[in-house]
Amino acid sequence: MKHTLTHLQQLEAESIHIFREVVAEFERPVLLYSVGKDSSVMLRLAQKAFHPGRLPFPLLHVDTGYKFREMYEFRDRTARELGATLLVYRHAEAGRANPFELGTQACCALLKTQALLQALRKHKFDAAFGGARREEEKSRAKERVFSFRDEFGQWDPRNQRPELWNLYNSRIRPGESIRVFPLSNWTELDVWQYIHAEKIPVVPMYFARERDVIVRDDQLIPLDEGPVPLRPDETPQRICCRFRSLGCYQCTGAIRSTAANVPEIIEEMMTIRQSERATRVIDHDAEGSMEMKKREGYF
Amino acid sequence: MNPSENHSEEAASDFLRRDAEKDLLRFSTAGSIDDGKSTLIGRLLHDSRGVYDDQLAAIRKAARGRPEGETLDLAWITDGLKAEREQGITIDVAYRYFATPRRKFIIADTPGHEQYTRNMATGASTANLAVLLADARLGILPQTRRHAFITALLGVPHLVLAVNKMDLVEYRQEPFDAVCRTFEEFATRLRITDLRFVPISALNGDNVVTRSARMPWYQGPSLLDLLETVYIGGDRNLVDLRFPVQNAFRPDMTFRGYAGTVASGILRPGDEVVALPSMRTTRVKTIVTRDGLHNEAFPPMAVVVTLEDELDVGRGDMLVHRHNLPRIERHFEAMMVWMGDEPLDPGRAYLIKHTTQTTRARLDALRYAVDVQTLNRKPADTLRLNEIGRAVWTTHRPLLFDAYERNRHTGSFIVIDERTNATVAAGMIIEREPAEQLPARMAPAAMPAPVFSPPRRRISPAEREQRWGHRAATVWITGLSGSGKSDVARALERLLFDAGVRPVVLDGEEVRLGLSAELDFSSAGRAEHLRRVAETARLLNESGVLVICAFASPTEDLRRQAAERIGAERFFEVFLDAPVEWCETRDTAGLYRRARAGELRNVAGVHLPYEKPARPDLTIDMPDIGVEAAAARILTGLQERGIVRVTPPVE
Repeated sequence: MKHTLTHLQQLEAESIHIFREVVAEFERPVLLYSVGKDSSVMLRLAQKAFHPGRLPFPLLHVDTGYKFREMYEFRDRTARELGATLLVYRHAEAGRANPFELGTQACCALLKTQALLQALRKHKFDAAFGGARREEEKSRAKERVFSFRDEFGQWDPRNQRPELWNLYNSRIRPGESIRVFPLSNWTELDVWQYIHAEKIPVVPMYFARERDVIVRDDQLIPLDEGPVPLRPDETPQRICCRFRSLGCYQCTGAIRSTAANVPEIIEEMMTIRQSERATRVIDHDAEGSMEMKKREGYF
Repeated sequence: MNPSENHSEEAASDFLRRDAEKDLLRFSTAGSIDDGKSTLIGRLLHDSRGVYDDQLAAIRKAARGRPEGETLDLAWITDGLKAEREQGITIDVAYRYFATPRRKFIIADTPGHEQYTRNMATGASTANLAVLLADARLGILPQTRRHAFITALLGVPHLVLAVNKMDLVEYRQEPFDAVCRTFEEFATRLRITDLRFVPISALNGDNVVTRSARMPWYQGPSLLDLLETVYIGGDRNLVDLRFPVQNAFRPDMTFRGYAGTVASGILRPGDEVVALPSMRTTRVKTIVTRDGLHNEAFPPMAVVVTLEDELDVGRGDMLVHRHNLPRIERHFEAMMVWMGDEPLDPGRAYLIKHTTQTTRARLDALRYAVDVQTLNRKPADTLRLNEIGRAVWTTHRPLLFDAYERNRHTGSFIVIDERTNATVAAGMIIEREPAEQLPARMAPAAMPAPVFSPPRRRISPAEREQRWGHRAATVWITGLSGSGKSDVARALERLLFDAGVRPVVLDGEEVRLGLSAELDFSSAGRAEHLRRVAETARLLNESGVLVICAFASPTEDLRRQAAERIGAERFFEVFLDAPVEWCETRDTAGLYRRARAGELRNVAGVHLPYEKPARPDLTIDMPDIGVEAAAARILTGLQERGIVRVTPPVE
């Protein structure tokens, strides 16, 4: 008998171990639910970690007010079907502040980072699961599984705790917290393969269909959701496309694609040459901008 | 379904099926500055098509505006943080991911400089294999040695020395062979089970992904070939079942299960298992997951186990097979990699996290530090950041452990500084000596809490002395078992009592029956036993009482610690000198007989050497003098020190 696990099974086991460590060692954990595919995979792993029991923590959605309709529908349906407690936190400026006036960085800092910190403080959460993966972005490649945050929720890349074997240091003082990334070692392809193998439901936006968009700086900006100020030379077009990564509708670009189901997405990924965050406008504003956001408290 | 959809489904499911059979290799990379490590990783990612176009575009964009219009620097793919790019060095461990049709890979890319030893140890802790880089022109540098040592220390089963920059030695075999020879010679002193050598040029891609035509003399595989084919299935421990319990699940009245990740061994329903540390025996009922019941669980599966009997099992406990137990000890020895900014402080209380339990710990002894360049041992009284040494620890609760070289999961632990919560060290347990013989030390006295001040004393030591006619002191009688300590103590008590002093005797045998009833004769048990005695003596002394202690206390170190606690000015050390043969004839307690019969371990004079006091206040030759005269001699000594003013009754 071989007694070996496949790559996906090993990743799954590692994530389950992380979920259980956190629940054993923290008083008030929460799962940051962003509605995307990584959140969907996290939820499934959490279910597996605590089977046959229920999820021992609530879900928290930090809502900017600018998510896609399909995301809101999917979010509410998922929480209902899971029987999970869903907390939605909106910044006072949610749905009012916008990237066209503030710029994408200031808008994100306010509606996502600030809002997240407020929500964590309000509920006194001491551990927050996030779906970030090390493969996604350069500064995340050096992120710990247990990412220590000071009482202001800030990340100091030069002062991270060494993380050896699968022994995670969960000691914090009151007011401090830990962001936990159970998917640290997963790649985008792993995530899709797992979604396929486990038949995990995801937001239909990931699947290609004809959508009304404008083409701006090599990005396809969707028009179905809300007002996007058009530049003089721009005209709406109907293009078969899908979303590879979900965010706010003003800042999330689609890609040209005909992949209409999970196997087709996987096949597309075998040939695609763009990283998934390429369609997220915020990462490109300034070199190293994700690192700066993380220092401020982004997850 | 139309034909093209059909085709797509088939291609994808074919891909998924093949991909599901892939396994995972975690490897770490280390090398000195300018060995070209980042370039090599960039090359692996690039040539195995793991680097996405837009990431490349971002790197090109960042590189613009740099002084030289250099070509794409592959190293920039891996140096992630701004500070690293600005300084041109790698600071932290970066994790990188790529896959080939044969395997998936996780790279822990670790920095090379000496001040980042901790990061290298971090990367090595989970690695199946380590790739070490050397420069073909420079050969084996001190750093290369250090990396090899850490790799071996962290128990990485496979080591590949990639001799880089072969292009700069015209792809000749001689320099390569010379580097390999030097390294092999060094590596024989390390525990490396599988060592390979590959000549490469990361810059030009020779022997990185495909075999190079420029080195026909090299017959071995390319580096990637090697990574894809190295057999790692045999590295796991499937023999010793160790299931550390993470959580106890009781979702409803009917279900009770224990969640955990199998650390080693194979667990099956029906297995007879022991729950540690309670030692209760039961059988495995089921192995539960959300995907159904399993016939077996092996590492690193994360499962829930139900048992036939209702036992009180919780986090930190461990399920093991009945005839294969780990060590259960509070006292153990380990190799340490110090990672804290503050050096190891022997007086500080630390926390140790081992498997799923966290417990207080204190350092008993630092046996030596290792000079990682020469592998020489040197005495040390602390370990600083990035230093490595061998230490003895005592924990508050027993750990359930195996030697690290046998089990990477139950042999490893981290040390947390309780004051800062920082992870300050990594430990790998070694098992060379029986735990009861490891050096031990008394627990440090608690720091006086600033908020709590003891009730103000209303009676001064001078008043007490005036009232009782003597000073408070502790007469510490040490000597082999059978040398007559108790008898002398009782005789001295009588003399003092008759002279109007009110002495208290603390005797080893009596204290062991009560105050220290739960302690064993291991060195840790002995240290704790004597700590209690010394604290008791101190309290009595502070109340003006004269204390007579009769304890074998066989090590100079323990007696010194007792003296420190009691106060050197109050400590009066008496050594009853007698050969062990003489003592054995007076074996009233049967201690020697039982020790010789193997019933007792750790008896001083039999299993352990008795260390004679270097500078006792009084040495008494027992076979020559006898009990009564010995007591009288001590009383005289106390008078001479001005502790007792009374005159002994004249006989």
